[in-house]
Amino acid sequence: MTENDKALSVKAPSFLDYAPAPESTSVLHLKKHYGLFIDGEFVDGRGDAFTTISPATEKEIASISNANNADVDVAVAAARKAYDRTWSKLSGADRGKYLFRIARLVQERARELAVAESLDNGKPIKESRDVDIPLVAAWFFYYAGWADKLDYAGLGPNPQSLGVAAQVIPWNFPLLMLAWKIAPALAAGNTVVIKPAETTPLSAMIFAEILQQADLPKGVVNIITGAGDTGQALVNHPDVNKVAFTGSTGVGRAIAKSIAGSGKKVTLELGGKNANIVFDDAPMDQAIEGIVNGIFFNQGHVCCAGSRLLVQENVHDEVVDRLKARLSTLRMGDPLDKNTDIGAINSKAQLDRIRELSNVGEAEGAERWTADCAIPENGFWFAPTIFTNVSTSSRIAREEVFGPVLSVLTFRTPAEAIAKANNTPYGLSAGIWSEKGSRVLAVADKLRAGVIWANTFNRFDPASPFGGYKESGYGREGGRHGLAAYLESAGWAAPAVTKGGKK
Amino acid sequence: MTIEPAIALAPAERAVNLIGSDLTEKSLKLHLDGLSGVDAVGLEQRAAGLGTRSIKTTSKAWALDTIIKLIDLTTLEGADTPGKVRSLAAKAVLPDPSDASTPRVAAVCVYGDMVPYAADALGSAWSNGADNGINVAAVATAFPSGRSSLPIKIMDTKEAVANGADEIDMVIDRGAFLSGRYGIVFDQIVAVKEACRRENGTYAHLKVILETGELNTYDNVRKASWLAILAGGDFIKTSTGKVAPAATLPVTLLMLEVVRDWHLLTGEKIGVKPAGGIRTSKDAIKYLVTVAETVGEEWLQPHLFRFGASSLLNDVLLQRQKLTTGHYSGPDYVTID
Repeated sequence: MTENDKALSVKAPSFLDYAPAPESTSVLHLKKHYGLFIDGEFVDGRGDAFTTISPATEKEIASISNANNADVDVAVAAARKAYDRTWSKLSGADRGKYLFRIARLVQERARELAVAESLDNGKPIKESRDVDIPLVAAWFFYYAGWADKLDYAGLGPNPQSLGVAAQVIPWNFPLLMLAWKIAPALAAGNTVVIKPAETTPLSAMIFAEILQQADLPKGVVNIITGAGDTGQALVNHPDVNKVAFTGSTGVGRAIAKSIAGSGKKVTLELGGKNANIVFDDAPMDQAIEGIVNGIFFNQGHVCCAGSRLLVQENVHDEVVDRLKARLSTLRMGDPLDKNTDIGAINSKAQLDRIRELSNVGEAEGAERWTADCAIPENGFWFAPTIFTNVSTSSRIAREEVFGPVLSVLTFRTPAEAIAKANNTPYGLSAGIWSEKGSRVLAVADKLRAGVIWANTFNRFDPASPFGGYKESGYGREGGRHGLAAYLESAGWAAPAVTKGGKK
Repeated sequence: MTIEPAIALAPAERAVNLIGSDLTEKSLKLHLDGLSGVDAVGLEQRAAGLGTRSIKTTSKAWALDTIIKLIDLTTLEGADTPGKVRSLAAKAVLPDPSDASTPRVAAVCVYGDMVPYAADALGSAWSNGADNGINVAAVATAFPSGRSSLPIKIMDTKEAVANGADEIDMVIDRGAFLSGRYGIVFDQIVAVKEACRRENGTYAHLKVILETGELNTYDNVRKASWLAILAGGDFIKTSTGKVAPAATLPVTLLMLEVVRDWHLLTGEKIGVKPAGGIRTSKDAIKYLVTVAETVGEEWLQPHLFRFGASSLLNDVLLQRQKLTTGHYSGPDYVTID
């Protein structure tokens, strides 16, 4: 290329092409290799180690130990020992002290955790910095407060912890899901063996360092890394009392089957194909923001994403036009750039699935529109995409895409909106956009979804329970309800039926 | 309160085109009441999100220069003197004596009686109705309260225009607006717009101050913005600077959304001026980002966007010096006015 060509190819300087503002990675002090965190120490796994990569560049970040069945045994044994000897003997106030300490350390190391999360997961730094990590700290602070107040958890006096909790978490919010699982478990007096997803183990490894810093008694939290087989070995381990899983409905179903009859208590947080309902009297500009936040937050890798947009027919065109205009201003690119709105898809496998389902959508006759984004050469990327003219029977209207893909459907009456919103095997979340309070309440009352947002979307708070109906899973996480998943009531055992007794 | 359906309004062109030739207070009210509502939480969340953009290096340099070019350098005090206005005008022409590459501001904004001094002090830099040069803007219509009769407001405006004001910053009658008498507010804007007419048939630019701090709700801000545009305002401006809160990012975002919608509807471009309370470069850059990402970068020009500010300029100059020299100087290295 000659100098002249170069000059021609350079675009006129535009303010909106904001100069790069990358977050510095100098706060990170990563090791080349991470072991399993068992009994308070990093130990090497017996399986073949694997590498975790940055999905934005496909560059290797670190090598990670792989836990095999023997490692799972050791981890569960460590958790059992810690439960029997230490954790179950501590007072609630003392458990709370450790949780408060963890929360403060998360805040202190927030920047480091945010950078690690964006590097390993591909999510934009502004989300890991402003949403993920602050919520992680909030979750620990919240459950720290509960640790000495379990008598008021609604389970009667002196509720009992369960024992060892086996927890398997997904890659979409690696550290936040870890916090959702560990904080209530520890507050309730259980010990934990947790397995982060194989594509996003990095922040959990830094969290393990935080646990050492907090001087948490050895074995109370054990973090083992590996793939699906490690998770399977963990949840099926005979010495586990409680299983908590967040991930796909397929795996959730398999877990429910395999532990059926074992007496293990279980909570499952699974998929969703959630309706975001926009009425014609919605606050329009905010609704557009809410739709964007509902499906393009975290590249759509959100189980409660508003992936089915139900728009009242008379405002359909206006909403779609405004949505396209707004999507055209989103910035896709380096997750560590502070101005990036859309980061990288977490893995090649996930990218393939998003592509496959989008192609099916097109083949089934839906109209595809994709924002005009420059796609970086390396890494896994998928530009924000919306489908209009989607029929209710289309696969993109029924199956969870788990990516930045929105299906737009229409409705005419509130009754039709409710019927369409509920017409899914899932039931995790829903959104309602209307300026009319009575309508919001009436519609919310009839939606079968665990979380319903009115005039907002994808807002989380540790005090608010979260969970699904139907194939979106069972049990609730967060709030007082989240404690019930890790406790058993002591005094509420049904009275024994004695012979000849009254019915 | 009852509204007489028969009260006809002044047939302002935009309103007639949009609402119809039988323009009445009733038809105007129906139109304004039919606007989509504003969700306060969502609006503020969006504004906060825009405020997190990180503007660095070359973008920052461009932003700082652009802010200067968009400033209405303002003094609106009872204690203003011709000397103070002259000193302000000198600063408008040469904001940073130590750096000749510093751009000039868009306008100086003064009370009506100070217009001749401002025009005189600007000298050859004064635009005097032309497109290049520094404008003189005058506040009028019983600024800041707006509490006087329409003939007085018209006289106030006419005098400022006759004195050479290129721009008129008028205030709306918030009392009438809050009591639902949109017709009064509308007719007054139309009348003041007509008073902006110069002898040669051209018009001084009309900025309509909504005084959003007194309108209480975002829904009201949206209604008032539409009303001001329909009545013929060239600019909609947030505040007088005499009422707290003055300009805020959510309010400005909302007004920009109205301007964007008006542009989509008619192809016509209306200006927006946040005024009061913007004191730092960091804050001002948030506004630039909000403009660029809401209506487009094209709006970052003096005829479509302004900052009403006095102390902002010095902070921008300090930041600008920092960018060129690499270290911070101090308040003694920029001039006070």
